[in-house]
Amino acid sequence: MLTLQCPYCGVQADETELSAGGEAHIERHGPGSSDEAFEEYLFARENPFGVHFERWRHSYGCGKWFHAARNTVTLEVYGTYPAQTTEPPADIRKRISGVAPGWTWRFLG
Amino acid sequence: MSHRYSKSGRLIDENREISFTFNGKTLRGFKGDTLASALLANDQMLVGRSFKYHRPRGIVASGTEEPNALVNMGEGARFEPNQRATTTELFDGLVARSQNHWPTLDFDVGGINASLSRLLPAGFYYKMFMYPRAFWKHVYEPFIRQSAGLGQAPKEADADTYEHFHAFTDVLVIGGGVAGLVAARSAAETGARVLVLEQSAHWGGRGPVDGGRIDDRPVDNFVETLVSDLSARANVTLRTRCMGAGVYDHGYALGYERLTDHAPDINGPRHRLWRIRAKQIITATGAIERPLAFAGNDVPGVMLASAMRDYLVNYGVAPGQRIIVATNNDDAYRTAIELKKAGLDVLRILDARETGGGALMNQARQLGIRIDCGRAIAKVSGGKRVRKVQICAQIGAGGALEEVGCDAVAMSGGWSPAVHLWSHCGGKLLWDDTHAHFRPDPERPLIGADGKGFVLPAGSANGILSLDGIVPDAIQTGREAAKAAGFRLRKAPEFAVVQNSEAPLEPVWLMPQEARVGLRTKAWLDFQNDVKVSDVQLAAQEGYESVEHTKRYTTLGMATDQGKLSNINGLATLANALGAPIPAVGTTTFRPPYAPISMGAIAGEARGSVFQPLRRTPMHEWHRQHNAEWEPVGHWRRPYAYPRTGETTHDAVMREVSNTRQKVGLLDASTLGKILVKGPDAGKFLDMLYTNMMSTLKPGKCRYGLMCSENGFLIDDGVVARIDDDTFLCHTTTGGADRIHAHMEEWLQTEWWDWKVYTANLTEQFAQIAVVGPKARELLDKMGGMDLSADSFKFMEWQDGQIGDFTARVFRISFSGELSFEIAVPASQGLAFWSELMKAGQGLGVMPYGTEALHIMRAEKGFIMIGDETDGTVIPQDLGLNWAISKKKEDYLGKRAQQRDHMTDPTRWKLVGLETLDGSVLPDGAYAVAEGTNANGQRNTQGRVTSTYHSPTLSKGIAMGLVLHGPDRMDEVLEFPGTDGKTYQARIVDPVFYDKDGEKQNV
Repeated sequence: MLTLQCPYCGVQADETELSAGGEAHIERHGPGSSDEAFEEYLFARENPFGVHFERWRHSYGCGKWFHAARNTVTLEVYGTYPAQTTEPPADIRKRISGVAPGWTWRFLG
Repeated sequence: MSHRYSKSGRLIDENREISFTFNGKTLRGFKGDTLASALLANDQMLVGRSFKYHRPRGIVASGTEEPNALVNMGEGARFEPNQRATTTELFDGLVARSQNHWPTLDFDVGGINASLSRLLPAGFYYKMFMYPRAFWKHVYEPFIRQSAGLGQAPKEADADTYEHFHAFTDVLVIGGGVAGLVAARSAAETGARVLVLEQSAHWGGRGPVDGGRIDDRPVDNFVETLVSDLSARANVTLRTRCMGAGVYDHGYALGYERLTDHAPDINGPRHRLWRIRAKQIITATGAIERPLAFAGNDVPGVMLASAMRDYLVNYGVAPGQRIIVATNNDDAYRTAIELKKAGLDVLRILDARETGGGALMNQARQLGIRIDCGRAIAKVSGGKRVRKVQICAQIGAGGALEEVGCDAVAMSGGWSPAVHLWSHCGGKLLWDDTHAHFRPDPERPLIGADGKGFVLPAGSANGILSLDGIVPDAIQTGREAAKAAGFRLRKAPEFAVVQNSEAPLEPVWLMPQEARVGLRTKAWLDFQNDVKVSDVQLAAQEGYESVEHTKRYTTLGMATDQGKLSNINGLATLANALGAPIPAVGTTTFRPPYAPISMGAIAGEARGSVFQPLRRTPMHEWHRQHNAEWEPVGHWRRPYAYPRTGETTHDAVMREVSNTRQKVGLLDASTLGKILVKGPDAGKFLDMLYTNMMSTLKPGKCRYGLMCSENGFLIDDGVVARIDDDTFLCHTTTGGADRIHAHMEEWLQTEWWDWKVYTANLTEQFAQIAVVGPKARELLDKMGGMDLSADSFKFMEWQDGQIGDFTARVFRISFSGELSFEIAVPASQGLAFWSELMKAGQGLGVMPYGTEALHIMRAEKGFIMIGDETDGTVIPQDLGLNWAISKKKEDYLGKRAQQRDHMTDPTRWKLVGLETLDGSVLPDGAYAVAEGTNANGQRNTQGRVTSTYHSPTLSKGIAMGLVLHGPDRMDEVLEFPGTDGKTYQARIVDPVFYDKDGEKQNV
């Protein structure tokens, strides 16, 4: 069971307090978007063996959604950050580059 | 015969004799015995039958790794199968029965399988039960079910209680042997909080039995001092009878504490599950001795050498009188020496190594024990007990050189570190050639949240098998753990250790090395699952190269012991058969728990009424007193109906519908979700959430709305009331309240975080009562208060006001088609308000009605129900709800998805009403059949029933369903085959059965 620190309330939360919300930083496509773009938005997901960015909610705590940068293989957590952003903060990306040089994820890396 | 040769065993109290029964026979043992040691003391060598061949089986081990001695324990509500005799502490009145035999342990009909064993090789079930196909259901499956499983399933609910316990610690030490205790001491020195778990009832592990000296004292004396030192420290917690069951992500671990298994008269929970978060975990879990694979190694009386030594030293029990020891290492000599000291006949030590052992061999020789080097066991003979042993050369095919009569055999194939916990969540292993075992690879540990390892193995779990290596390793490990947990190191403790040095072992995976086929088919690798050397070789021959596949094909390493004795021997045999090095073949995956834990411990307190929280409305108690039949809806209980004396549930439902339609009924609608959405952008937000336009709703008005997922599917519906310019109150379905509130928060927080909107789930703050029926207004007028007349309070409006003495918010909305007011009052006044309404309505014929009457009335009106008409694949357009989908809005959740070609496909099934030709009720969920069959030979379908009831209003069956081109096929008759064998004929009709023009609700 993972522990993640909620960036809002600061609690080091046990997985049982959290709800997983799938991949982070997905751009919404609404009416007017092409079939391909909409399909990508709704269904296509990364399935990385390594660095990943995810959405989590501190459901049984402060109720806030946040993002976590972590490694799906080693379970290392590179950091958590508020959900009100369209891409991972620079300091977290730098930290990942320090420990996992050459990492890539979607448009990042 | 096996017997108690001495009453001075280390762990028994010779002054406290106790009695127990085994297979109905009363036997005696001593306080401190395990069930296994007590059985052996009573010459009960035969303890069970093997799983597949029903071979007679005896006790092989002395601890958790025991594969054979599994018994049915206890009786009635305390009955439990598959309990290991070796880890069961004896208590007065213990009742145990052996497993997997019929009619008796001594005479077992299933034993016929043993003589058929050549016909039951690896993969037998897969090969045999394939054809003919039709045999599976009626012949093979019943037969396999009959013979499957070792123990019996309990028949009664468990009478015991269990609990969970959450613990946090800096350093968790799993294993209370010498390594664990020394590591704990060394970590505790730094001030770190240390929790030590020991699975048995005793500290010290194997140390006291295996000998050696620490700090110039015997090991048990050293252990005693160390434990009292640790007990005195405030930062140390010690638990015996508490197994480290599993290690999981980020320092999470489970401990399984058995509180009363050894003394059932103690009050309190039977087991306690420790849910531990540790900064660092030390696995000091010891090592497990490997059996040797020779023919007849499963005959009762053949035992692990270390187990035999345990029984001698700890319990004063000898498994025989004339004993042969077979080994490939020095450790088994310790057993021979103890046997000799106990005055028993050690006939031979057969050492597979040409050059024999070291100092221990010399010590044994000085005691006069005959030692034959380069020798092996060709075969053990005997049925329910070892009778004789054929001796051969280790290098060869097993030609007998000599035959010796004896009644017990001690075997040792070397030691494998118990790496289970290290491996549970990803720690990797490396192959150690010197000891011929896998041990934790310090370079590839389990990784914690910080990217660093959080598990450290210590002692023999780390592949260090001598006491003089174990102690310094444990000191170092304890310090490393404390340091990694953030503590400053002080001076390390030092202990002087003396132990005999040992000569290296020689790997022996088959005895003799080239054993002929007749011997290989009797050489067991896995006792519990009856897997032999020949089975693994056959699997390799048939192409099973992966150890994981071989495991599943042969069942090697499965079941309750998970191959604690068989794993390494099995994979070495596979590696040899494949001509590959052992590390290239690798191990199967180790999964928690380390040994089986009780289902009760996993459930903890969560059973019966505390399994799940129950949500009660403020009127719950009134419903209960009025004989409500409950319907679970989410965590709520809602009255389904209120049957009166002499009434069936169906009668009650019919009465409630008719009474509401003709007079007046009360419904407890408190469970419906009430979510407040407030802020300058609330209207804009709701326009995105609902398919229809909410921002244009005027304060004081209500509007029915639909919510879809981004995938286009209908997820919830309900009435929205606009409170003021900034504020909306959204009603949701009962089951949807929490989900929809979370849905709103998700979009607000993660997509439209700059919108000024706040949401609050007010569901439980209000009691809500629907007053429904032609006399609803009359009833409320009797209460006095606000003006509810048609002119001043129109349909689909809401008003705040007074009803009687109650401050109320009244919504004039209707889910039944009748004149209806839904009235919210503060939850604290719900029951009083309900009671007053019942009193005021007495002369008007008021009755409460339940959810089934609600359902029937809404179906009569053709209103959809989320979860009946929708199932996650239905869009509003399927349900003829286009009127509730705004065409003006550029966007709402689900709009883009509803434009996909699959969603606009004219062949999507659409909502219609259905009426049987004979007035009967259509079966729920029945499919309308079409011409022809599909690829699976099933009838093609063209629709299905989504809701179906008997309508007392119309005196016939009515239903709703989704039908291909349904709305264009009015009056067509469809056929619905039921599961009862009958075919129902139903006509397609308009889904609104009652009061099509809505005159009744609008009076």
